[in-house]
Amino acid sequence: MSIFTYNGGAIIAMSGKNCIGIASDTRLGIQFQTVACDFQKVFKMSSKLFLGLAGLATDVQTLEKLLQFRMNLYELREERPMSPKAFAELLSNVLYEKRFGSYFVEPIVAGLNDDGSPFLVNMDCIGAPCLAKDYVVAGTATANMHGMCETLWKEGMESEELFETLSQALLASVDRDAISGWGAVVHIVTKDGVMTRELKARQD
Amino acid sequence: MGDSIIGVKFSGGVIIAADQSNARSILVYQSNLDKIPSLTSHSMLGCSGPNADIVNFSEFIAKNLELYRLSNDDMILSPHAQANFARGELAKALRKGPFQVNALLGGYDVKSKEGELYWMDYLGTLQKVNFGAQGYAGYFVLSTMDREWKEGMNEAEALEVVKHGISNLGTRLLLNQPNWLIKVVDEKGVRTIEFGADPADC
Repeated sequence: MSIFTYNGGAIIAMSGKNCIGIASDTRLGIQFQTVACDFQKVFKMSSKLFLGLAGLATDVQTLEKLLQFRMNLYELREERPMSPKAFAELLSNVLYEKRFGSYFVEPIVAGLNDDGSPFLVNMDCIGAPCLAKDYVVAGTATANMHGMCETLWKEGMESEELFETLSQALLASVDRDAISGWGAVVHIVTKDGVMTRELKARQD
Repeated sequence: MGDSIIGVKFSGGVIIAADQSNARSILVYQSNLDKIPSLTSHSMLGCSGPNADIVNFSEFIAKNLELYRLSNDDMILSPHAQANFARGELAKALRKGPFQVNALLGGYDVKSKEGELYWMDYLGTLQKVNFGAQGYAGYFVLSTMDREWKEGMNEAEALEVVKHGISNLGTRLLLNQPNWLIKVVDEKGVRTIEFGADPADC
């Protein structure tokens, strides 16, 4: 049993044509026992910036609050919204501060830059960033998710097609992972706003 | 794991039931322990874990909530705020000296006039739930509550669900838990519905 698989979970973020999508399962488990089916792992930091956190649930919740706090401070001082790039840099530093006693999370930052282009990063638990043009994955079903995304992703998808692709990739991946699933939620972010939908998923 | 706690939310309140055994290894120290201390007039914390941690953590949270009330013009924090405060303390203590307490926080929110139940584990994981369990009890009663819990139940129906869970455990759980304490919180506050043995809080 690894501390990263204690609670279970799966997150994918994908880029489209001037839009991004981020999706997660909604299971909260204690090893093999399922405690809740509506646990939030993807958080809206601003209208164009989402943070997905996979890993140990307590650290997911602690980090969400910590980063919201840091982002609020930034926006108060700078008097402007925080860009995805700056947010990712902040997150990376926050994680590396705990280099020898880390938060047990795998974060994903997904957002739209000022010019409307997609921004996707995933990191390890100590903040090493990995920028991606196409998709990023995190959680206990990463092998499944990489397989699905590599196959299904294509360039230039509009928001509706992105939603379909992202949903199918996530559902197929978590259905083969015992500790992910039990519900799913998808957010699609375009310059016009955010569309959130809950998926009808297998409840096992 | 030995302490069984069951919680059920109903329309206008929450019921929490806990076994009353205080035991370690093969020895039962007492069989009338109250594991559901009150935090405020309208919230209670069903706790599972070593007796020292249950008492220490619940008193710590309760007294801090009382201090807040005294310092802030008689304001009683909502169950949501209380739960998030408790979660924050568990998370802070985790990497220093963890409280080994798994808890169910049941409270009545005076603004929304609804009962609220929060599941909390010793790591600081927090989730609002309609029903929940701590300890071995979860392996037996979560599935029955999946079937039996309905939106908008009244207190009597919720009590039925809880009692069904208790009798389930009495039949199928190896550990002997003869005495159960059942408390309810609603607009009138926290009160005991029934007990197996006259409860003591330590």
